[in-house]
Parts: sequence; C-alpha cells; structure tokens
Amino acid sequence: MTRAATRRRTTRARGRPPVVLVLPAVLGLAFLVVPLAGLLVRAPWTTLLGQLFSEEVGQALTLSLVCASLATVICLVLGVPLAWQLARGDLPGRGVLRALVTVPLVLPPVVGGVALLLVLGRRGLVGQYLDAWFGISLPFTTAGVVVAEAFVAMPFLVIAVEGALRGADPRFEEAAATLGASRWLIFRRVTLPAIAPGVVAGTVLCWARALGEFGATITFAGNFPGRTTTMPLAVYLALETDPGAAIVLSIVLLILSIVVLVSLRDRWIGGAA
Amino acid sequence: MSRSSRSSALAAAAALTLVACGSNDAPAASRTGTPGGPAAVTGDITVFAASSLTETFTRLGKDFEAANPGAKVTFNFGGSSALAQQINSGAPADVFASAAPANMKQVSDAGGVSGSPKTFVRNKLQIAVPAGNPGKVTGLADLAKQDLKIALCAEQVPCGAAARKALQAAGVTAAPDTLEQDVKAVLTKVSLGEVDAALVYRTDVKAAGGKVEGIAFPEADQAVNDYPIATLAKAPNAAGAKAFVDFVLSDKGRAVLGAAGFDGP
Repeated sequence: MTRAATRRRTTRARGRPPVVLVLPAVLGLAFLVVPLAGLLVRAPWTTLLGQLFSEEVGQALTLSLVCASLATVICLVLGVPLAWQLARGDLPGRGVLRALVTVPLVLPPVVGGVALLLVLGRRGLVGQYLDAWFGISLPFTTAGVVVAEAFVAMPFLVIAVEGALRGADPRFEEAAATLGASRWLIFRRVTLPAIAPGVVAGTVLCWARALGEFGATITFAGNFPGRTTTMPLAVYLALETDPGAAIVLSIVLLILSIVVLVSLRDRWIGGAA
Repeated sequence: MSRSSRSSALAAAAALTLVACGSNDAPAASRTGTPGGPAAVTGDITVFAASSLTETFTRLGKDFEAANPGAKVTFNFGGSSALAQQINSGAPADVFASAAPANMKQVSDAGGVSGSPKTFVRNKLQIAVPAGNPGKVTGLADLAKQDLKIALCAEQVPCGAAARKALQAAGVTAAPDTLEQDVKAVLTKVSLGEVDAALVYRTDVKAAGGKVEGIAFPEADQAVNDYPIATLAKAPNAAGAKAFVDFVLSDKGRAVLGAAGFDGP
C-alpha cells in the first residue's frame, strides 16, 4: 500500500505524462462519457419535472434503492468471508473455486435469472421444498429482486476484496498470531482494517451493479409495479412506448447513483487513501 | 519507456481504432447486397420481425433462400415496439413484420414504409397453463383469483394490449403477479411452472410443445391481433425486400404460417 503510494508520488513529480498514455486515456474517457451526454441532450427537459415526481418513478426508485442496498448487505455478509477463504484459506482446488465465483460475471443475466428459477423457483430444486415446507415462494416478490441482484453483484465484491487481501502484507497477521491472537480476532482487528479500502471499493461496485441489474431481475422476479419493478425495468418498459420518459428515468437513476458514489468516495475511499 | 513497448502501445491504440471503425461499418456491410435483377433475387435481406414470428419466419427464410440461391435472409426478432424504434433510429432493415398495427404506424408515420403495409396473418390469445394444469384453470375468470400465480404481458407490448382488451370484454379484473416484457418471457414462466396461468398467443402455445397447454376462450375473438408486413423506404436491398414480402404473402408462405396456428387475414 505505502510502496504503491510512494511510486505514484514520484511519477507525478517527474512532470508531463507521456502522450501514449494520455491519448488513449482521453479516448477512453470520451467513450464512457459521450453516451451519457447523448442522454442529456435528448432529454425532454420541459416535461422532466412532471415525470420526475410521478408516483411510478417514486415507487421504482424506492424499490431500486432498498433492493440494491439489501443485496449489498447480503453480498458483504457472505462475500467477505468467501473472499477471505479464497485468499487465505487452504481450500483444495482454490483456482476452480475462484473461477466458479466469477460465473455470474460471465453468464448473461437473463440466463442467471433462469438458473435462479430452476433452483429457487416454485418447482425448482430447492424452491419446491421452500414452498412445501415454509410456504416461501421467491419469484415475483421483492425478496426475489434482492436475491437476483445479490447473485449478479456478489462477484464484484468478492473479487475486489480478494484482490485487497492478496495485496495486504500477511506478516502483520503472522505477528498478531505470534502474540497469541485468535484467527477471528486477527481477522477483525488486523486483516479487516488493512483491506478496508478494498472492501469499500468492492461494496460500491457491488451496489452499483445491483442498482443497474435488469436481466436476472425481470427473469427471476418478474415485473410488477411497487413490488418488483425497479428503475431499470421501468426504463425498459417505458422505452417501449415513450422513449422520452425512459430517458428521464435513466437520468434520475444516473444522477442518484453518481451522487451516492461520489459522496461515498469522498467520505470513505478518499479518507482511507 | 523503451522503443518497442511504445510501438506496441501505438499498435494497440491503432487496433482499438480499427475495431471502433469496424463496428461502425458493420451495418454498411449488410448494405452491400447487390439490388438483384428482375429475375433472381440476390444479396442480403434484413428482416425485422416480431418475436412471435421467430419459428415461422426462420423457416420461411430458409425456404426463401432455397428458392433464391444467392440471397441471404438475416432476421432481427424482438418486441415490435423495440423494432419500430430501431428502424426509426436508422437501423438498416429491408422488411418489417410487426405484431400490431400500432407499431407499424410508428414507422409509417416517420416515413419509413414504402408502399402500404399489408396484414398477412392474425393471431388470437389463449390461456396458457403448465402441462397438467396444476391451477385447475378453466376460463378467463380464473385469472382474477388471488391465490393463483398469473403472468401477463406488460400493456406496453402488443400481447399485453390484446390481453387488456380480452379481459375488458370478459369483464374480468385480472390479478397478475408479473407483467412481462414480451410474450416469450411469459411463456418461459409457464413452461417452468412458475405461474399457473398466463395469456399468450395461440401460436406460442403451439410452439412450446408439450410443456404448455392452451385453453381457448370466447372473448379472444374481441382481441384479435393483426400482423402487418411492409417493405421499408430506406431498404438497402429493395428488390430483395419486395421478393421476401411476396414470398410471405404467397400460398407457400401462408401454408407455413397456417400450420403454426396463425389465422389468415
């Protein structure tokens, strides 16, 4: 960590950055930002305010925020220990496990949704027992949205945290162990503080991915206003009849996520670095 | 930085630019089809068709290619409204087959249609239930039951609009658990047994085979969907477009569509 920071400082001190780096960087930035500009240019600004405060938008927005946040909490609770196992544990076949964790990244989200239906659906491998024994049916419920989002977003968190763990110096943990600390104590007091920036970065990525989730959500949880219609679903359906409204919804989602991410960054990532 | 690494970075940047250009040119490539002579139709023909036409049009495309060696039919299947928007945004399409006149109108209002669209088939709704009918559904009135899981199309897409009409005609207030983005998504939910009943097109029930059972209901007659087809004003391959539309409207085309459960116009 500190070594990397020193290196960064010396590069900065050496003066002008090389053109071969600046040019692609500018191109890359333009590639990412110009489509957003396109949305802003085409937005129906005159009707924007009216649509902004409609009940539909409020409902979808609340649902999106609640579900993405709940999904992120699930990912944190399950994902950080999983990342720790992958980085520090002595599991057999860790390479294979690591590849399996990234499956939801590669899987088209719609396929992920179908896979979830096959397992957790009313007639799914596990879902049939959930239904028969506890009367729990996840598809078409808000809980189903959270499950779908967590499934798709968790790899982002696991990969970020695992990377941070592998970059962290294990000697501090070893030192703590020689002083008699238990592994759980070491994890809480030594490991976790050391990888905090990585965890925060992973959490942010995970939340952002969950917020924008579309394919797995609409496939597994369906689409019903107030129950499972999150912002991306509302955007998609608005696009069918009223592209202007779709643009407004996208901009709302965009502004909101930028505000949350920037404020988090200043507060957590900025503070930690 | 060493010379070799700099030049390889430049090469990578050049490659990136090339890739960017390449993807720009992709639509143009399909435009290169020669506008065939009066006799034989050649070149690429790009057909935008409603997703409920997936099976029949794929078959018709193969038949057309067999009858016109040198022609290649490429399909873009999707929701009719999404397709209409793609066409209006300048997608290089030759033919548009929509599942509803409203979406064809979106294109013709924007001046995108050459000639006038023709209705080539009609489609009716059916109640689709999983094999074995676990919810014991018998008619449209069952769709109002709260304890059954019901899927409908969202009203923004043609099958949802038709479902609303049929339900209105029957005086039934449905209690849907989900409003899906297209008819195939509804069908997936039925064939997986996740819902007890859904409203889909008769042709979709037929295409799903044994996993889905269809139940006809009288009010379906009041929500018949007309499917219009048209050649497009900016068709890169106008001759091919006309030939394909003629083929769909021919007796051979009608036979394929009829076998799939579509009604004639």
